[in-house]
Amino acid sequence: MGFFIETLIGGLMAGMLYSLVALGFVLIFKSSGVFNFAQGAMVLFAALAMARFSEWANRALGGDSLLLANIIAFFGAGLAMLVVAWAVERFVLRKLVNQEGATLLMVTLGITYVLEGIGQTVFGSEIYNIDVGMPKDPVIMFESIFEGGILINKEDFIAALIAALLVGLLTLFFQKTPVGRALRAVADDHQAAQSIGIPLNRIWVIVWLVAGIVALVAGIIWGSKLGVQFSLATVALRALPVVILGGLTSVPGAIVGGLIIGVGEKLSEVYIGPMVGGGIEIWFAYMLALVFLLFRPQGLFGEKIINRV
Amino acid sequence: MSRQIGDVILDLQSISLRFGGVKALTDISFDIREHEVRAIIGPNGAGKSSMLNVINGVYHPQDGKILYRGVERKKMEPHMAASTGIARTFQNIALFKGMSVLDNIMTGRTLKMKSNLLLQALWFGPAQKEELEHRRKVEEIIDFLEIQHIRKTPVGRLPYGLQKRVDLGRALAMEPQILLLDEPMAGMNVEEKQDMCRFILDVNDQFGTTIVLIEHDMGVVMDISDRVVVLDYGKKIGDGLPDEVRANPEVIKAYLGAGH
Repeated sequence: MGFFIETLIGGLMAGMLYSLVALGFVLIFKSSGVFNFAQGAMVLFAALAMARFSEWANRALGGDSLLLANIIAFFGAGLAMLVVAWAVERFVLRKLVNQEGATLLMVTLGITYVLEGIGQTVFGSEIYNIDVGMPKDPVIMFESIFEGGILINKEDFIAALIAALLVGLLTLFFQKTPVGRALRAVADDHQAAQSIGIPLNRIWVIVWLVAGIVALVAGIIWGSKLGVQFSLATVALRALPVVILGGLTSVPGAIVGGLIIGVGEKLSEVYIGPMVGGGIEIWFAYMLALVFLLFRPQGLFGEKIINRV
Repeated sequence: MSRQIGDVILDLQSISLRFGGVKALTDISFDIREHEVRAIIGPNGAGKSSMLNVINGVYHPQDGKILYRGVERKKMEPHMAASTGIARTFQNIALFKGMSVLDNIMTGRTLKMKSNLLLQALWFGPAQKEELEHRRKVEEIIDFLEIQHIRKTPVGRLPYGLQKRVDLGRALAMEPQILLLDEPMAGMNVEEKQDMCRFILDVNDQFGTTIVLIEHDMGVVMDISDRVVVLDYGKKIGDGLPDEVRANPEVIKAYLGAGH
């Protein structure tokens, strides 16, 4: 029983990290109808910026205060994401108002390559690490209830907490503030939004900036776990099944989807894996997404597509 | 009536609009006076919606100029037109379907929000106080349109007639100088049409809003408009008081077809 719960918690925490990346997809899709394939590249770009800024700031400060260097780096990387958001709006989206979804999807593929290229040109292409002082040692809890206790990875635990906090803030932002309302309005109908005086251009910069900040947080967490390297861009692919499962238009969907995938991966690996020779973790999420597509193409919480005839 | 029809507020001079080889509008001139109800009528495909889209800044005419309060208007986007006080409704209702009636009408206040975007995003201090004031204004509009009972309902679930009313409410929330209504009564039953007519006249009367409306139901238009422009195949074929227009042989021909 202790082992089952341990696996479950491990899965939940891993799932929270998938949610964080999935959230980037959902934010942009919700407010501009663009499926942003470049989300993974944004994570890589943000993590690279964070790692290098932190390194440079640390050197400039003489290595006294890693915390201060990290704070400077965080704002620096945030600024870099603002530049990305502005550039994407100015040079790409502005030219493509009212275009088909497929066109916009292809464009984000292009943005992916540009971001990956620029990121590695400016910040370098080696493996860097981000040290934000995350505790690495695991703790053992509930020893009195279960034999041997439950092993919890502190780093994963803190990461999951941060992710949950961010999700809560974003939900409030979307539901309660005037800007959030304007974002939802733009998502629903470009033309109507413009006619009541919502400036599309500025709204898009805000959305991409928010998605950029989410990518930055995801990049910091993943980067401090795995190191900042090119393969970070592929975490986006791990988040694809999450958005399919949760629904592309739902913030809570991204969370629940992430948790289901995280838990499913870990449990299936442990309990079904041995029967089929292991390696389930790698394809389990995609399999689950496929099954979902068959029965509920809009995802768990997505808006059902109804066409009036 | 208490309202006084004022000076020309919008003057359209020789407007021509083409889409590739298709001439949507050819050399159309007419003016709109402050506080009046001005109708644009014509059979299907006459260019009525194109005309509205020109005024609204969606389309940019190749020729002609538009004078707004005597000043020539530069090429503009819809959100800029909105900020100069031009609001509109849509023929195929373009509400934000996932949002409640209240939220939909609140979006109409976007331009009236003074505090900066960052404060709004953080939902902080002055921004919060301001939101409450806008909320009061929106509640007045909701009362005015008699839709209190559906304030919290997502608009996607409402029947067509009520959606049209919410669309009007969102435009009214902008406190516009000029209100453009694109077929406000299309697809409505008689009772809904009567309600809509009453709201349009009340808006015009109580707020003094200038109203430009497109309609192809002649009967309704003749009853509520001060002056009527008639378009056919992108050309102006009549302009004047409802009775004059009704008696115009070209208009009769356009509506009933040649030979009658």
